[in-house]
Amino acid sequence: MNDLLSKYPKEIKKILAKYPSEQKRSAVMPLLFLAQRKEGYIREQALSEIGQILNIQETEVASLVGFYTLFHDGKAGSYRIQVCTDLCCALRGSEDFLIGLCEALEIKPGETTQDGLVTVEEVKCLAACDKAPMYQLQGKDGISYHENCSVENTLEMIEGWRESGAPEQEETR
Amino acid sequence: MSKYVLLRHRDIPNIKDLKVYQDQGGFEAFKKAVTSLDPGQVTDIVKASGLRGRGGAGFPTGLKWSFMDQGSWPHYVVANADESEPGTFKDREIIEENPLQFLEGVAIGSYAVGAQLTYIYLRGEFWQLAEFLDGKINELEKEGLLGENLFGTDYSLKIHTHLGAGAYICGEETALLESLEGKRGQPRLRPPFPPSYGLYGKPTVINNVETFTNIPLILEKGADWYRNLGTEDSAGVKVFSLSGRVKKPGNYELPFGSTYRELIFEHGGGILNDAQIKAIMPAGASSAILRANDKVLDTPLEYASIRKLGSDLGSGSVIVIDETISMEWVIKKTVDFFNHESCGKCTPCREGTYWMSHLTRQIYSGEETEEQIQLLYDVASNIKGKCLCALGEFSVMGVLTSIDRFPEDFGREPNESD
Repeated sequence: MNDLLSKYPKEIKKILAKYPSEQKRSAVMPLLFLAQRKEGYIREQALSEIGQILNIQETEVASLVGFYTLFHDGKAGSYRIQVCTDLCCALRGSEDFLIGLCEALEIKPGETTQDGLVTVEEVKCLAACDKAPMYQLQGKDGISYHENCSVENTLEMIEGWRESGAPEQEETR
Repeated sequence: MSKYVLLRHRDIPNIKDLKVYQDQGGFEAFKKAVTSLDPGQVTDIVKASGLRGRGGAGFPTGLKWSFMDQGSWPHYVVANADESEPGTFKDREIIEENPLQFLEGVAIGSYAVGAQLTYIYLRGEFWQLAEFLDGKINELEKEGLLGENLFGTDYSLKIHTHLGAGAYICGEETALLESLEGKRGQPRLRPPFPPSYGLYGKPTVINNVETFTNIPLILEKGADWYRNLGTEDSAGVKVFSLSGRVKKPGNYELPFGSTYRELIFEHGGGILNDAQIKAIMPAGASSAILRANDKVLDTPLEYASIRKLGSDLGSGSVIVIDETISMEWVIKKTVDFFNHESCGKCTPCREGTYWMSHLTRQIYSGEETEEQIQLLYDVASNIKGKCLCALGEFSVMGVLTSIDRFPEDFGREPNESD
C-alpha cells in the first residue's frame, strides 16, 4: 500500500509528466515537497513510498532529505519562521531582530514555542538583502517571504494565528 | 519607451500582464526568430551583441550557445534561478515584475540551440515565484506562444519550472544539473562541460535569469544597439544589487561604464548615518574585498577594470561596508556562509571552510593572536586553487583580501599606500 500515491494520485501524475519518462528520478524533490506538505516533515514511510514510485533505493531518497535544508525529518512548530542573518541582512539589523523575536517568544533560535505553534530558526541567504530584517515563513501553504519586518509586526502576526485557532490553511500547491 | 532594458516594469506598469507586454512588442522577437531566422543566425546575433553571462562568470553567451554538440541529441536549456549568494537579489525582481521578458528570452535561447524541453531551476525558497511562473507559462501555451508547432512551424517548446530545496551549491551549473536529475547537488568534474555533457548526459545550455532577459530586446533592436549601451570591454547594461550600509538598498540597472560612486552615492543615497565608506564587496559574499578609496569609487564598472583593481564584477552584487564594521566580523560571516553551504564533496573545501570557521570565530571574539591570523591566512591560501568548483575558491576571497588590504583590522601595521 502506497499512502502517498493513494493520497495524491493527480499531483503525482502531474509531477511525473514534467520529466522524460526514462528520467523519473528527477521527480524526487517535488515528491519530497509533496510528502512534507501535510505535516511539515517527511515521515520515514514516505521515503520508501517515493522510492517505489521512482524505482530508486530508499536510502537514496533519504540522502536528499539530509542534503537539502528545506526538507525536514522531524516535527517542528506549525509555522517555521526562518530569519536570514547572513552578511547583508546582519548589516541591516537582522541579528537584533532574531534576538528580540526569540526573547519575546521565550525561546532560543531553533526552538519551538510551548504551544507548538512557532519554531524560529536562523537561516542562510534568502536573496532579499535589500529588505532586511526579513524571514521566510514555512507552513502548510508553502513558503512565503516577509520583508522589512519588526519584532512588533511579527508578534502581531503570531497573535493573529493564536486568536484564529488552529493554523489550518488552504493548500495551494 | 522605457529607459530600462531589464527592469522595464519600473516605467511600464503591469508589464507582467501578457496584454501589456505584447503591446510593447512582446513575443515579436521570439516569433521573428522561429519564423524567419535559423537557430545559428540567432546565436550569431547574440554573439555580436557582446552579451556575457550575468550569473557571475561573465562568459560570452553566444559563444556558449555555439559550443553545443551537434552530434548528440536532444539538447536542453536550463535557466538558472537559484540566486542564493549573500548580496544577490536581482533575478527575483526580474521574475516577479518582468516575467514575460525573461520567459521570452528563455524561449529564444531554447530555439537557438534546438531545445524543445527546457527547465527553469528556481531555489526552493522561490516557491511562490515558481507558481507564478507556472501560471504565466500556462497562459503563453493557451495563446499559442509556447507549446506545439509554434507559429505554424515544426518547432515545439515545453518549459517547466523545477524547485530546488535549499542549497547554495546548486547555483553551480553542474551541481544544478545533478539536482535536477534528482540527486544531491554536488558539482561534476569538468570537462566535459554542459554543452557536450549536461542534463541527462545531453548537450545543455545553462544561463542566468538576467542573461536570458536581455535577449528579446537584443533581437528586436539589434546587436549594435545593445553593444553601444555599454563600453568597449563590457557591452550593454547590468542590474546591480546594492545592499549593506547604504540609505537606499535595491536593484539599479546601469549601463556598464558607470562608477561605484554613482551607484552608491547617487542611486543608493550614500552611507547610513552619513558614516564613512570603508569597503566594497563588488560581487557578493565571494568578493575579493576592495578598500573604498577614490580610485576604486571612480573606476568604471566593467569586467576588465574591476579585475584590474584586484576583484571581479561578478554578478554585480555590491555590498557596502562602512567604518563602523570590522573586517574580522565580515569574514566571520562570509566564512560561516561557505562552511554551511559546502557540499562536502572535495576535501579542501569541506575541511578548509570548517577550520576557517573556527579560526574566524576565535579571531572575532577577541581571542586572536598573530599566530591564529597567520594560520587562517595559511589555511585559506591552501584551499585556493585546489577545489572542485568555485565555492571553495569563493570561501577564501574575503579572508585573504581582508587580511591583505585591511591589516589594521587584524592588529597588524597598516599598509603604507593607504
